[in-house]
Amino acid sequence: MTPCSTAAFVPQGAGVKASGGEPALLAVDGVTLQYPSGKDLVTATWRVSFDVHHMDRYILLGPSGCGKSSLLKAVGGFIRPTEGSIRLRNNLVQKPGPDRMMVFQEFDQLFPWLTVLGNVMFPMSARESWSLRDRRDRAISSIEKVGLTQFADSYPHQLSGGMKQRAAIARAMAMEPDVLLMDEPFAALDALTRRRLQDELLKLWDDLRFTMLFVTHGIDEATRVGSRILVLSPHPGQVRAELACPDDFDAGQRKVLEQQITEMLFESKETAHEH
Amino acid sequence: MNTDARHRPDFILEKIEKPGVALLTARLPLWQRLMRHDAIRRGLVILVMAALWEAYGRSVGNDLILPTLSSVLKALFRSFADGVMPGRVWNSLDMLLRGYLTGVALAIVVTTLAITTRLGNDLLTTLTAMFNPLPAIALLPLALLWFGIGNGSLLFVVAHSILWPLALNIHAGYQGVSETLRMAGRNPGLKPVAYVARVLFPAALPSVISGLKIGWAFGWRTLIAAELVFGASSSGGGIGWFIFSKRNDLEIPDVFAGLLVIVLIGLAMEGLVFRELERRTVRRWGMLRGS
Repeated sequence: MTPCSTAAFVPQGAGVKASGGEPALLAVDGVTLQYPSGKDLVTATWRVSFDVHHMDRYILLGPSGCGKSSLLKAVGGFIRPTEGSIRLRNNLVQKPGPDRMMVFQEFDQLFPWLTVLGNVMFPMSARESWSLRDRRDRAISSIEKVGLTQFADSYPHQLSGGMKQRAAIARAMAMEPDVLLMDEPFAALDALTRRRLQDELLKLWDDLRFTMLFVTHGIDEATRVGSRILVLSPHPGQVRAELACPDDFDAGQRKVLEQQITEMLFESKETAHEH
Repeated sequence: MNTDARHRPDFILEKIEKPGVALLTARLPLWQRLMRHDAIRRGLVILVMAALWEAYGRSVGNDLILPTLSSVLKALFRSFADGVMPGRVWNSLDMLLRGYLTGVALAIVVTTLAITTRLGNDLLTTLTAMFNPLPAIALLPLALLWFGIGNGSLLFVVAHSILWPLALNIHAGYQGVSETLRMAGRNPGLKPVAYVARVLFPAALPSVISGLKIGWAFGWRTLIAAELVFGASSSGGGIGWFIFSKRNDLEIPDVFAGLLVIVLIGLAMEGLVFRELERRTVRRWGMLRGS
């Protein structure tokens, strides 16, 4: 895939992209993702474009089958787009890298042979300028931020699901990536733990102001966690809307927004049936 | 009036009392406590089998067909006391360890190539399909031709017998590593060899260890068989040679003593080395359950 081939297509979202003077931190431009499934080539997303700016809590929201996870993996560099480009700080994303740390949904993302501290220090080998002592200190402070100090020397199998996800977040955050990629990190948790972790994540964001790209299928999670929401339609995933969810929204305004998104998603389901 | 709900008022407790004292657990009777130990139960099984052997051996009364356990133990003691057996055991173990380490090193190199390159993968798949069913001992005549009578030939067949089953196990282990763990490992942008060493290998360790066990057993069998086939090497021969020469002298209790030593070394290897390796790694990490 050469970069110039993208010039042939006018990305759908390009006209409505409301970018100010500041260039986007992450620019996803007309990305089509396809993967082979048996004999067929399945299209996961179709010419999706969006910009993520510094300190955004950017949500990719959509029903299952809209390719939101594939999109996140493409940003992570795990999947190559068949069309379009993904640029981080104006550099083309081509392979996984420590500037884009990912938190997965599954509990088995921690390495079972390393303690929590070992897990958090694992990706730091990519940061050659950090000394060993430096890495340790950073890991310990990151573990403290997610409240796992007591469990730093525990192995993952000794932790609960919520603690594992906290450790995974600590591991990703300690690397100070340009953008934190979250692939439904709380989806496998029970409702109570999920609420607690969402609040903790927001508190962390208040302290550290990192940029994050967060995939979810939960409308309430999107409005709770996000500052900006990209709504995707399914089969194949296409941009349906991009909505702001400012921090000063009260509960009523959030409800209205959720209602709006719900209608959008159900409507696109009906049109899908008509075909 | 007959609904229960009316007779069951809602309530909220203002204070919940915590249990103050630790609950006492009843102690099991001594017999049951002893029976909970694997070692004691298994020891009992061995004792019963030993008693059966001794009894049957005495009833046969012919040392050439089935020597009694006591005469085997006597022969075993004698062979250790006169220094013959330790030398034989040392020769065999020395050879086996060298072949084992060679085989393991080759298996790691081959599987690393196989998981990082497509050509390596094709090569490994084809080679294991070809060589895994081939008994290493069948290569001994060729090995003798190439390396002469001596340690070179033994090393070749032992390493060969370990390489393929171990490579097959390691490769299967690599392929079974979950997609999430793979992505979490690739995320910081590791180089292929570092990725195999730091992510795939530890993640596949349960398979690797089971491959090491199988390889150990295959290596032992091949070594003993090879010693039985061509007897002593320049360094004086191993346990296989001991068994072979004692059979020629019709010293059957000594033959049994040689077999017993092989069994004991196998048990020691399983019980001490592999068990300890598992306890310190895969069990500690919660990747393997059970006793």
